[in-house]
Amino acid sequence: MTGQICDLPALELVRRLKRGEFSAGEALDSTLARIELVEGRSGSVQNTSADPLDAARVHAYITVTRERARQQARAVDRALASGEDPGPLAGVPLAVKDIFCVAGTPSTAGSRILANFVSPYTATPVARLEAAGALTIGKANLDEFTYGSSNESSAFNPTTRNPWAADRVPGGSSGGSAAAVAAGEATLSLGTDTSGSIRQPAAFCGVVGLKPTYGRVSRYGLIAFASSLDSPGPLARNTTDAALMLGAIAGPDWRDSTAANAPLTDYVAELEAGVQGLRVGLSPDFLRLRTPDAETGELREQGLQPEIEQAVRRVAETLAGLGAEIVEDVPMPSVRFAIPAYFVISRVEAASNLHRYDGVKYGHRAAGPAADLSQLYRRSRGEGFGTQPKLRILMGMYVSGAQYEKRYYEQALRVRTAIRRDFERAFDQEGPARLDALLAPTTPTTAFELGKVYGDSVLMQYADLLTVPANHAGIPALSVPAGLDTSRLPIGVQWMGPDFSEATLLRIGRAYERATADQPWRQIRPAILRELMSA
Amino acid sequence: MAEAPKPKPIDEQVFQHLVQLAALELQADEAEYLRHELNAQLDAIRELEAVRIALDLPITSHGVPYGPAIRPSPRGDQIRPSELADAILAQAPEVMDRYLVVPDLPRIDLE
Repeated sequence: MTGQICDLPALELVRRLKRGEFSAGEALDSTLARIELVEGRSGSVQNTSADPLDAARVHAYITVTRERARQQARAVDRALASGEDPGPLAGVPLAVKDIFCVAGTPSTAGSRILANFVSPYTATPVARLEAAGALTIGKANLDEFTYGSSNESSAFNPTTRNPWAADRVPGGSSGGSAAAVAAGEATLSLGTDTSGSIRQPAAFCGVVGLKPTYGRVSRYGLIAFASSLDSPGPLARNTTDAALMLGAIAGPDWRDSTAANAPLTDYVAELEAGVQGLRVGLSPDFLRLRTPDAETGELREQGLQPEIEQAVRRVAETLAGLGAEIVEDVPMPSVRFAIPAYFVISRVEAASNLHRYDGVKYGHRAAGPAADLSQLYRRSRGEGFGTQPKLRILMGMYVSGAQYEKRYYEQALRVRTAIRRDFERAFDQEGPARLDALLAPTTPTTAFELGKVYGDSVLMQYADLLTVPANHAGIPALSVPAGLDTSRLPIGVQWMGPDFSEATLLRIGRAYERATADQPWRQIRPAILRELMSA
Repeated sequence: MAEAPKPKPIDEQVFQHLVQLAALELQADEAEYLRHELNAQLDAIRELEAVRIALDLPITSHGVPYGPAIRPSPRGDQIRPSELADAILAQAPEVMDRYLVVPDLPRIDLE
């Protein structure tokens, strides 16, 4: 810790702010100063040539909303001065993944087709965070329309870099969010997770990422990818902050008919309950993987990066030492088909959702006269969409064609049910495993090099191999940092639990954090911070 | 003698049909890359054909079952005033007298 406000976790920041140790304006200034130090050029569709400085900066944002945050900070300080409660997130700098509409801000989805779109309304989770006193400091970069696991598909350059190693990807699609939280450019970030897009970048950037249960958090104002899978959720410095943020955004919303009426929990109050008596499972199906060979594309059995498997074992031992019961060899036979099923379901839904972009109502419109409306659509979409949306639309068209629907789409939906059944069996309190949570690695590898995977859309999709099963099942999953590999890159592990069991997952995560608080790896800071702050 | 490579399911003709359905205008080099990636993805997707799965396994609209206790009630069918009309229209690339302007609709003369 540097003692700077921008490096404080959210809960501590709020407590100290309320004690009068600093103002919301000072919290904002601290974060803006950090952005000045580490951000470099923020993402833009106008940036087409490389700048030598880009390689040593983070580039987490597309838009920094200084004035919005400044006004919010003044409101918090006014509330404090007049003795009013400024809210549970008072003065906390927040990065919003640029897949959420925020009134009056460019809301781009990282795509050229929405580069000029200024949202007229605000997404429900963002509105709730702002009502809780958070300061919206900017819109974070992401893979185009969230389609990717590295941030490299964004139309807004320079690409976000991993604060732990500038030649590595931050993960994706919430890569800007994870990088911002890791580098002190935001204290919290709101991301989305459709196949791992919160957890995978959280793991790569050494922060906490929580994918809530499907329906726990409203999707109103979220630019849709795969509507049956999309889950907004927190990226944070620790599990306490994730709990604090989830409490602010969870709950029903009349604007989203899939926002569940499930009872709300005080996630922070339950954090310190420990793991005594909890049953935590390990499954060989999350440790032995079938992934494509990088050269031939052939699927073959491969282990995890050994340091990641070792980290999972160490976490299990730590939990056992705290009184949890570790259940080995929990069978999850259907998760091996999670990626092929995801390829189908997500593409069908993406193709449907992307039909609204047509160059007529908003967004990019091809210049010059068009012979007819069809040509206007084709040209506007051809110019506006990048490679990844185009691939998803085309594949969605193919697999939902009348002649293939049964073979692919219906089969994929059945596989989704089979994956759900695997989890139901594991969590069944009358069944053999009776788990409270399943422990698994978050990713097969630590952060990979920029340019190494991008372009191979199959290999990139397999980066989500360990995260996408929770999306198919709809269940919550929490990723936390669990050490560094020999290259000093963060390792993430995740717990998955039954529907609406976020409080239990956060409890487990918090117990693990407390038990490992003194470990040397927790004192190491991201390389970009070490370099720029010592310069 | 080496085996001839198997023809890819998404050939040029199928691809052009998909491009038309997708309402996309593509550059030639871009089209070639996209078709290659689609066939690679299809190789991964075809693993689904080998999955032995009960045909009576129900399919769902999302993973979490929404029982009556958590299913939101439908909204009332009520007209709500919106103050966003001007802001929404301001996003449109071309507007005339508060109407969205588009080129002619495509026409096909039926014989």
